[in-house]
Amino acid sequence: MSDSPRTAVSNPPVQPMASNLGQGDLIRRSATDELPPPQRQLTPVAKLIDVSKCIGCKACQSACVEWNDTTPAVGENVGAYTNPHDLTENMFTLMRFTEWVNPSTDNLEWLIRKDGCMHCADPGCLKACPAPGAIVQYTNGIVDFIHENCIGCGYCVKGCPFNIPRISKADHRAYKCTLCSDRVAVGQGPACAKACPTQAIVFGTKEDMKRHAEGRIADLKSRGYANAGLYDPPGVGGTHVMYVLHHNDQPHIYAGLPDDPKISAVVQTWKGLTKYVGLAAMGFMAAGSLIHGVFTRPNRVSREDEENAEKLVKTGGAEPPPPAEERA
Amino acid sequence: MTNAWTDIKNTDLVVVMGGNAAEAHPCGFKWVTEAKAQRGAKLIVVDPRYTRTASVADFYAPIRQGTDIAFLLGVINYCIKNDKVQWEYTKAFTNASYIVKDGYAYSDGLFTGYDEEKRDYDRSSWDYVMGEDGFAVTDPTLQHPRCVWNLLKEHVSAYTPEMVERICGTPRDKFLRVAQMISECSSPTKTMTSMYALGWTQHSHGAQNIRAMAMLQLILGNIGVRGGGMNALRGHSNIQGLTDLGLMSHLLTGYLNMPTEKETDFETYMSSRQFRPLRPGQTSYWQNYRKFMVSFQKSMWGDAARADNGWAYDYLPKLDVPAYDVLRVFELMNSGRVNGYICQGFNPVLAFPNRGKVTSALSKLKFLITMDPLETETARFWENHGEYNDIATRSINTEVFQLPTTCFAEEEGSLTNSGRWLQWHWQGGSPPGEAKHDTWIMAQIFLRIRELYRKEGGPFPDPILNLSWNYHDPNEPEPEELAKEINGRALTDLRDPADPNRVLVPAGKLVTNFSQLRDDGSTACGCWIYSGCFNEAGNNMARRDNHDPDDTGAYLGWTFAWPLNRRTLYNRASADLQGKPWDPSRKLLEWDGTKWTGYDVPDIAPNARPDQVMPFIMNQEGVSRLFSRGLMRDGPFPSHMEPFESPVANVFNPRMRGNPVARIFQSDVAQFGTSDEFPFAATSYRLTEHFHYWTKHNRVNAALQPEFFVEISEELAALRGVVNGGWVRVWSKRGSVKAKAVVTKRIRPLTCDGKVVHVVGIPLHWGFVGAAKKGFGPNSLSPFVGEANIETPSYKAFLVNLEPTTAPGVQS
Amino acid sequence: MNMELSRRGFLRAAGAGVAGTSLGAMGFSEAEAAVAAYVRPLKLANTTETRNTCPYCSVACGIILYSKGDVRKGERAEIVHIEGDADHPTNRGTLCPKGAALKDFVQAPTRLTRPMHRKPGSDRFEPITWDAALDRIARLMKDDRDANFVLRNDAGIPVNRWTTTGMLAASATTNETAWTTFKVAKSLGIVGFDNQARV
Repeated sequence: MSDSPRTAVSNPPVQPMASNLGQGDLIRRSATDELPPPQRQLTPVAKLIDVSKCIGCKACQSACVEWNDTTPAVGENVGAYTNPHDLTENMFTLMRFTEWVNPSTDNLEWLIRKDGCMHCADPGCLKACPAPGAIVQYTNGIVDFIHENCIGCGYCVKGCPFNIPRISKADHRAYKCTLCSDRVAVGQGPACAKACPTQAIVFGTKEDMKRHAEGRIADLKSRGYANAGLYDPPGVGGTHVMYVLHHNDQPHIYAGLPDDPKISAVVQTWKGLTKYVGLAAMGFMAAGSLIHGVFTRPNRVSREDEENAEKLVKTGGAEPPPPAEERA
Repeated sequence: MTNAWTDIKNTDLVVVMGGNAAEAHPCGFKWVTEAKAQRGAKLIVVDPRYTRTASVADFYAPIRQGTDIAFLLGVINYCIKNDKVQWEYTKAFTNASYIVKDGYAYSDGLFTGYDEEKRDYDRSSWDYVMGEDGFAVTDPTLQHPRCVWNLLKEHVSAYTPEMVERICGTPRDKFLRVAQMISECSSPTKTMTSMYALGWTQHSHGAQNIRAMAMLQLILGNIGVRGGGMNALRGHSNIQGLTDLGLMSHLLTGYLNMPTEKETDFETYMSSRQFRPLRPGQTSYWQNYRKFMVSFQKSMWGDAARADNGWAYDYLPKLDVPAYDVLRVFELMNSGRVNGYICQGFNPVLAFPNRGKVTSALSKLKFLITMDPLETETARFWENHGEYNDIATRSINTEVFQLPTTCFAEEEGSLTNSGRWLQWHWQGGSPPGEAKHDTWIMAQIFLRIRELYRKEGGPFPDPILNLSWNYHDPNEPEPEELAKEINGRALTDLRDPADPNRVLVPAGKLVTNFSQLRDDGSTACGCWIYSGCFNEAGNNMARRDNHDPDDTGAYLGWTFAWPLNRRTLYNRASADLQGKPWDPSRKLLEWDGTKWTGYDVPDIAPNARPDQVMPFIMNQEGVSRLFSRGLMRDGPFPSHMEPFESPVANVFNPRMRGNPVARIFQSDVAQFGTSDEFPFAATSYRLTEHFHYWTKHNRVNAALQPEFFVEISEELAALRGVVNGGWVRVWSKRGSVKAKAVVTKRIRPLTCDGKVVHVVGIPLHWGFVGAAKKGFGPNSLSPFVGEANIETPSYKAFLVNLEPTTAPGVQS
Repeated sequence: MNMELSRRGFLRAAGAGVAGTSLGAMGFSEAEAAVAAYVRPLKLANTTETRNTCPYCSVACGIILYSKGDVRKGERAEIVHIEGDADHPTNRGTLCPKGAALKDFVQAPTRLTRPMHRKPGSDRFEPITWDAALDRIARLMKDDRDANFVLRNDAGIPVNRWTTTGMLAASATTNETAWTTFKVAKSLGIVGFDNQARV
């Protein structure tokens, strides 16, 4: 019996190990023109989420919280299993539950999708980000936020076709899934993939994950899911988090997964714009913050920037994602 | 479980009914997804709710809670009618051919011998015809009208698809689809596994639910084979171990029984435990009962257990009732007849039914001792928490001790999982503050009481003063020395009966396994079925070889499985009467002409010929029982019984309420509701985000499922004017709770016997201490009635009413 | 300068970080900012591993406890992380949402750390020493046993049962603990003795 590829299933080391992800592995860096070329090309990695094997247990959420030392609040029940109710700066991944009656069979299907950063090959967040080095992309495909460099402007939220990053109310920086870059850097898979009881989440090279997906899709087709397929949207250059969907012809039924996500045209040319518009404004604001004592109200910067960003995105004509509702 | 979690990957069809494996046992459920992904297995879920298990199922069928017997007998009927029977297996390995006495009959929902006054059956007619040779009479041709097979055929014939729909509310076409899929597994090369849990046990007819599926699995030839079996998923991490070790009112270790007061001395006790084989040449392994019992008594009381005092038989308490089960104890407590109570890692305020009665009972105690790593509602039952625990604190005179214990991370020892694996674990953290190991606390209590008896004397101190307590540090016995005591040792040199000069086990050495135990007082063994867990080869429970030759899923080198490291029970039944595997691709064992060989430890004498010695060695018959004689209180066959609180009457006998032989205390009779007043069918369950009442103390799990809720259909919400996410009040004859409403398409009204039945789902994870929001549990509502054979409370089917309301603490 | 920035306190960083990084982006200190692009160091480095099993359900998944400090060296050990054991045949390193959060069970704010005692009629728990609690418990139990032990039934048969004190045993304790508990309860003659398997 052949085993499925699962680099996630090994135990992490306790002896000190050098990180395998460093400066020389960056392929992109936000608001930075002169990034030296990477010293090597790492094998692209990917997390594959097989929605058809997912039992919605939230082990991924739990493992994510524990590994990343976040502190999601104890909320309330609002008539749904989705808890917390949205991604937050303390909840980088979220099971979204949808009760969907399949019109062709009249059967109920409980669609459960693990939401979180897709680690786009062409990352809208990074392109939108005006803060140098706040968002980086490694040659293996991981898109990571470097919080020290984040200014909390929220452009990344607007630039993201999947509506993923969240701005912390506590430290006014943007947060999202790192693909457990600290684990990947020592040869481990992400915490969610290791925990996933049914291995609906698997992690490995993108090539392996695509091959694994083929087998899964064949199995689903044999069970009557004619439109089963791999979600690896070309509009963002493909993603390093992919889904196997039973109904790949209509991704939106999975709690609004975009059918054809794209980075808005404006964000595509953001770099030029921000040089002259965004950053100039921010330089002014930062200087102003020193004068007006924004230390106590740092949100003001990001709010204005959000408005700016929103304007830019809207004039860009591309469909913006629904605004992030922070309900932590 | 008859099989192991890792064996589920070998199956062709998984039936999850009476359980919710994906939510309650996610990491075990991985072997279901593995079987689906790797061998194209199918998954069927039959449940009142469309669960997270159903979300990955190939087929889902709804059923009204408490009607599983009708459904399963319907499937058996379908299989018989459509000749979907593994005939060779059924004829050889079950009692299908046994002839039943003439007196036995079934009509109007009742078996012969019912006494309404006593709420009990005279079971004498539920037995085999015995021949002059002293063996049961059989008809291998199955022609005899009184053979078990023909009685079974007749018994299940009432359960037509139409009848199943009428009772269960399962649409006929959905039932037929399930029956058809299951019936395919009658092929010797197709197996089905049954994964069940408390959805079957927590009914007044729980044991018969399980029997019905076991019978179906037998006629399909699915017991003892890879990817088959009856797999009780079980609840707590060591609930299997606590049961194996006999921490129950009616048990001793290894399924030896506590004596009753009718068994006045040791020989009388043993006289009903001879277990003579009912067919020639059969094993009837319980014939060794005496060896296990004497070795147990020696383990408890050492030199004080002697042949001349019946092995200290009088040291054991004698029962005057079948058991002082928890319901009986709380009934006694509530009537002022219990003074002291110890709750070790147990939270009865949330765990036992009719919370009002439980709290009232605890309030009558003189003293309550709790031992737990965490705060519990029980330790604080006297504390007022407003609507969540509205109690007159000052009026409660119970003295309470709350003793802090270590948790798993701070202790060493073994746990037995549901696949019977005894797995050793090691301490990794230091206990917080003054928390202590349970062994230390139990030793301290014992040593202090023993000292008081030494000094002061008192009634019958002998079993206390003579309890063997020869530990390195009597104040805290160490896990390894306890494990060795459980395993057993030779007290004198054990000599080979065939060659008295040969010493098999020298005095003082650990026995290899229970085959070396003796009934002459020369061996001691705490728990015979665990013998072999820690012998002279070392701690077998700590073995960590995870190789799996030929990927069978057996893992014989990983820890230790009882009995004798055997991974699949009845595994000899995986081969036919010639000893050839039914399915060569799923071989477990094979007869090589002189002995059994294969991937597992044979569940039969290694040289027992396949055509002579039958696989079910624990039964006197040597075969399995489709007809269970008088061994169960409520019938030799399962039959449809309604819950005590049911939305519809029993279609076979409208006068019959619940299980006709289930025990009911007089004080509870007035607290049963009817469907006029309480129209909705409630059920209770766990959610995957939580473990019982523990994880509400954990900030992470509290965030993932923060607040108590109930689940209802869109139709019921419309009927009662409930909005999704709004507050509802749910009440029964016994109590009332407030909850958030989750309105869902996953629960749909059912039509049963012409009546629309609305289901209310009530998860059980909230209380008034911990990190999650305060809430209630279903035990505030559920009835105080137990299963007829074992007294497991009926949590899965009772009646409630429901209306919109306001948040707790807010006036409506 | 930039490494220092990363170590700054939260309030200072909020404002100063904006000034520093955005001004930097305008070309003042490009090189410095670049140093901040690094991944978090693996938090398990130099911890002690211990093999254990999950205490929740009866699948009994293998887990690894990662601690600072090693109890086997006589040190105080604090669990800093818990993860599934990939060597375990059943769970293969995976864990459910309960198991994956076990560290926060071990460290729950509602873990009990000292014996407590509630007097009859009182509205509070008060601390009590182990010795005082255990002495009092032994006294209460012996007194109740002495007063209510049933030596013989009406027919004069020895029955030796104690029905007025009962016990529930923990279904997540080890077999070895269970055996200790069994011996104590049965030798005292307690018949109202059950565990979670009844439920």
